[in-house]
Amino acid sequence: MKEQRLAMALAAVWAVSPYAARAANDQVVIGDIDDMSGVYADVLGAAGVEAINMAIADFGGSVLGKKITTLSADHQNKPDIGASKFRQWADEDGLTLLLGGSNTGVNIAMAKVAAAKKVPLFVIGAGGASLTNEDCTAYTVHYVYDTTSLANGTATAIVNAGGKSWFYLTADYAFGTQLQNAASRVVETHGGKNVGAVRVPLGAADFSSFLLQAQASGAQVLGLANAGTDFSNSLKAANEFGITRTMKPAALLAFLTDIHSLGLQTAQGLYLTTAWYWDLNPDTRAFAKRFFAKVNREPTMDQAGIYSATLTYLKAVKAVGSTDSDKVMAELKRTRINDMFAKDGYIRADGVMVHEMYVMQVKSPQESKYPWDYYKIVRKMNGEEAFGPITGLCPLTHK
Amino acid sequence: MSHVFGIPVAVILGQLTLGLVNGSFYAMLSLGLAVIFGLMGVVNFAHGAYYTLGAFAALLGLQYLGINYWAALLLAPLAVGLLGIVVERLLLRHLYGLDPLYGLLLTFGLALTVEGSLHQVFGASGQSYPVPSALAGVLNLHFMFLPLYRAWVILASLVVCFSTWFVIERTRLGATLRAATENAPLLQAFGVNVPLLVAATYGGGVALAALAGVLASPVVLVNSHMGTELVIVVFAVVVIGGMGSIVGAIVSGLVLGVIEGFTKVIYPEASNIVVFVIMALVLIVRPAGLFGRE
Repeated sequence: MKEQRLAMALAAVWAVSPYAARAANDQVVIGDIDDMSGVYADVLGAAGVEAINMAIADFGGSVLGKKITTLSADHQNKPDIGASKFRQWADEDGLTLLLGGSNTGVNIAMAKVAAAKKVPLFVIGAGGASLTNEDCTAYTVHYVYDTTSLANGTATAIVNAGGKSWFYLTADYAFGTQLQNAASRVVETHGGKNVGAVRVPLGAADFSSFLLQAQASGAQVLGLANAGTDFSNSLKAANEFGITRTMKPAALLAFLTDIHSLGLQTAQGLYLTTAWYWDLNPDTRAFAKRFFAKVNREPTMDQAGIYSATLTYLKAVKAVGSTDSDKVMAELKRTRINDMFAKDGYIRADGVMVHEMYVMQVKSPQESKYPWDYYKIVRKMNGEEAFGPITGLCPLTHK
Repeated sequence: MSHVFGIPVAVILGQLTLGLVNGSFYAMLSLGLAVIFGLMGVVNFAHGAYYTLGAFAALLGLQYLGINYWAALLLAPLAVGLLGIVVERLLLRHLYGLDPLYGLLLTFGLALTVEGSLHQVFGASGQSYPVPSALAGVLNLHFMFLPLYRAWVILASLVVCFSTWFVIERTRLGATLRAATENAPLLQAFGVNVPLLVAATYGGGVALAALAGVLASPVVLVNSHMGTELVIVVFAVVVIGGMGSIVGAIVSGLVLGVIEGFTKVIYPEASNIVVFVIMALVLIVRPAGLFGRE
């Protein structure tokens, strides 16, 4: 009796596992590996899966007569989990495209798998510019934003507005240090000065000590080279301790969801850089309206980006009449991307999807007229200005 | 005399003050853990989840029922404490007399369930709880600006910690509680309702965690993960103070908060491990903890 029950339980587990639904060759399989439960889960996460499904439905549910199916997994911000899931899907489930969620560390690990398995990896949620430099592969596309474009947007705007000396509060992992380095370069190029930095462990409970050090440095600008809950909590504490009276905070990466959490009272006046905003034009508003109907939140730039990335990939598959990765990648690097996310975007040799970026300022509570009315445009950067020239660190660009 | 070891005195005083604020939270949380372990022998891994629940109770109470901060300070711990009593009666009591590992596993499972459910409903990015208007100002201590609210946290925590110590060590109720840990059957023979006492103890420890959660809610964003990282540090604090020692929990909570604060000035990257390094050292030198009895 006991054995029978065990067998039943095992059968039940097997039935819901991906092995049961193993994709045959007559399917196009799109995977999404992201932080579904941790500090970055609201930036993309489960609502991002919803956006992928919207894109597939908009495409008609099939391509080249093959059904489009999706897989999703939680990498828990652990590179080994992300990489092994990707490898498993590539080996066993006929994966044709992977959409990489938040966390630069995880995406660096997954890029290695993309190169080995020859499966395209569209990086959506991670920012580290090393993904298209030292860690680039022929199958990586960096789709939404990177640390270079964030720094070019926010740091340039603030230095030009008179914020010449900078002190950084940096998340102590790949993403934070890359973001700090990118911002430092921009500050120096524009005649500013980098006074110092403090590296804060990821997910710290209390930021006030670090903030006092920043204040003691006498710098004019507090560069927040962190993201998600770390960003919100550090800005909140900076307000509480009156740091923002003597220093100007700079959000080197902030998402719409962060501003929503903080509230305009705390976040007002903040400069930030974004690839997309829901209230830019009729196209973005139309997408946002459909998205809102499903998840009851306005989309972040990542959620809009993952929708666009899915469509871009499917269009390329249709154009070349095959899911062969090399053919699809060649097509992707040949065509311009025009949709509600990007205008005349293109994928460069190093894998960066070059497109317009926006420097925004957060509105004050008085300026905000309706729910989620959070940003006003300070400056629109064209793609070349935002993402800068090809650095030459990626071997693919040596031709 | 404006520098000590090359660090400005103002910075040192500032970190000392902030360390006391963080230490206040450590002290209050480790106190609840110490009470529960000392009197029941349960390693309550759900402590962080109760802390999170306290913060959410305050937040939701404010959003949906209009309960203000001062009322939440009383009502949220009461509600979460009652939940703790239900957990003790329905689940935990079946595990008494077994290896403490079973209690640890049960409470760990509970913590994951609570945090997962909160995440499912409220997402990961957290929500702001406004600082009550009476405590919204800033104190000018000349070496730093201390938000009035943080000063209130230190004060409230000291009062709570002292009262708890007083109740357990100096009152008849406390004596009965301690007797229950020494020899429960004998105490029962005297006509004391021991199961009720144990349930109330667990409820009380849980309420302390929830109170810390309410106190923390205006300081950090209220989110489903707020207790996860904290509880591990707090366990280290309890181990350093001596498992089950009430004075040990309070003193080591405050002292470790301060040490952590100094680490943030001297070598920030190590600030999240310094407590564990101290724990390892204490375990080598004094395995029972600084205030524990061998």
